[in-house]
Amino acid sequence: MIEFVDIALLVLLGITAFSIIRQKNLFAAVMMVGIYSLLSAGLFVVMDAVDVAFTEAAVGAGISTVLMLGTLALVGHSEHQPQHRPILPLFVVILTGAVLVYGTLDIPPFGDASNPAHHHVAPHYLEESEHEIGVPNVVTSVLASYRGYDTMGETTVIFAALVGVLLLLSLGPRPRRVFLNGRWITVAASEKDASKEGVRDVQEDSVQVSHEEEDSGDTNG
Amino acid sequence: MDDRVILRVGAKILIPFILLFALYVQFHGDYGPGGGFQAGVIFAAGFVLYALIYGLGNVKKVLPPRAVYVCSALGVLLYAGVGYVTMALGGNFLDYGVLAHDPEHGQHYGILLVELGVLITVFGVMVAVFYAFAGRRRVDT
Amino acid sequence: MTALGLFNYWAVIFLMMVGFYTLIARGNLVKKIIGLNIFQTSVFILYITMGKITGGTAPIFVEGGEDVIYSNPIPHVLILTAIVVGVATSAVGLSLVIRIKEAFGTIEEDEIQDESL
Repeated sequence: MIEFVDIALLVLLGITAFSIIRQKNLFAAVMMVGIYSLLSAGLFVVMDAVDVAFTEAAVGAGISTVLMLGTLALVGHSEHQPQHRPILPLFVVILTGAVLVYGTLDIPPFGDASNPAHHHVAPHYLEESEHEIGVPNVVTSVLASYRGYDTMGETTVIFAALVGVLLLLSLGPRPRRVFLNGRWITVAASEKDASKEGVRDVQEDSVQVSHEEEDSGDTNG
Repeated sequence: MDDRVILRVGAKILIPFILLFALYVQFHGDYGPGGGFQAGVIFAAGFVLYALIYGLGNVKKVLPPRAVYVCSALGVLLYAGVGYVTMALGGNFLDYGVLAHDPEHGQHYGILLVELGVLITVFGVMVAVFYAFAGRRRVDT
Repeated sequence: MTALGLFNYWAVIFLMMVGFYTLIARGNLVKKIIGLNIFQTSVFILYITMGKITGGTAPIFVEGGEDVIYSNPIPHVLILTAIVVGVATSAVGLSLVIRIKEAFGTIEEDEIQDESL
């Protein structure tokens, strides 16, 4: 039974991924990414990874979609038709895929308890965690205690990513350089210091996002 | 403005429960699925929902950007601080057993504290990134 | 069972290649980041697939369960943190896209190249 759910979810994931790359309207593509995240969260539940599914559902279908919509509100949502013929990328992708499929032939089958991945430190965690840590959820005890160093590094990476985003975005629009009549000229940004402008505009923007995404859904659905 | 009554009232009802659920996920993480990462994201999602419906200016009154930046640094500091405290108490870095007389209780305190650090950082980062994206005005070119 | 046993990996490879194709064949920078997300999720699925044990359950101890098989918790821990780090790094990528839009007026790769020539 679980196998059927697994296969059904994987096929749906494949269809969603394929329609994301076919989609020219980026708003629709972003909403599809939300669906893709939710489907993969369902797959993680089937695979017994409840913590991961929880995170994927909260992050992928929530915050990530909001960030992408916020970006699209700033950069516009139409994608141009690519100028190049997709022959070379298709060739590269098929070749890489074929090599990877050849590689899977050596992988031990899915779900076998004798797989090497289950015989290094995992049995130790599963058997000793209850006595050494005293926390029923092994994922939490490995995350916070056995591999606390790792998690500290991840937390630092997240913080560093925030520093990067603030360095890139908190300065406000910069002047543009435009190539005109054979030389570079500098054009002042049309709106300076957007962050102080206030509440109403942003609110309108966010509402506009939701309307436009409805529209795109109608036209494609 | 007035045609979004359902959204406004619905969000007003939902947001306290979203925040409460985040805290449940945080403190129940030892016994069921959950933990600092999920709780931080859900907590941030509550504020993002508020910002989407009531506007960025209103949410910035509730939660000033400076507080969010302090949060995101404070979590990392708390996490590393636990490591240094365990070192000062004679253990290894992040060896929570020395935090209490009974090593198992020490592990409990340690996990609680570092998960709190993760919660604070993830919450701060998610809200701050949202502020950075939403506070930017489109430049027409 | 062998064909079924490898089906998950093949599905992962398909998703990975879809993401890879989007990354190298499409000129739109937002689309590229979406492709990167698809690629990333396929890697997550690969890891979680490796942690699954048939007949196992989620690695949370149940009262009095001595013979219960638990799935491998290590991939779960790795991927749990990777998802949150992934969204944080995507945010950096998206903010780069916003800055490129402001600097060049477009987010299409070929137009950016034309402009910077």
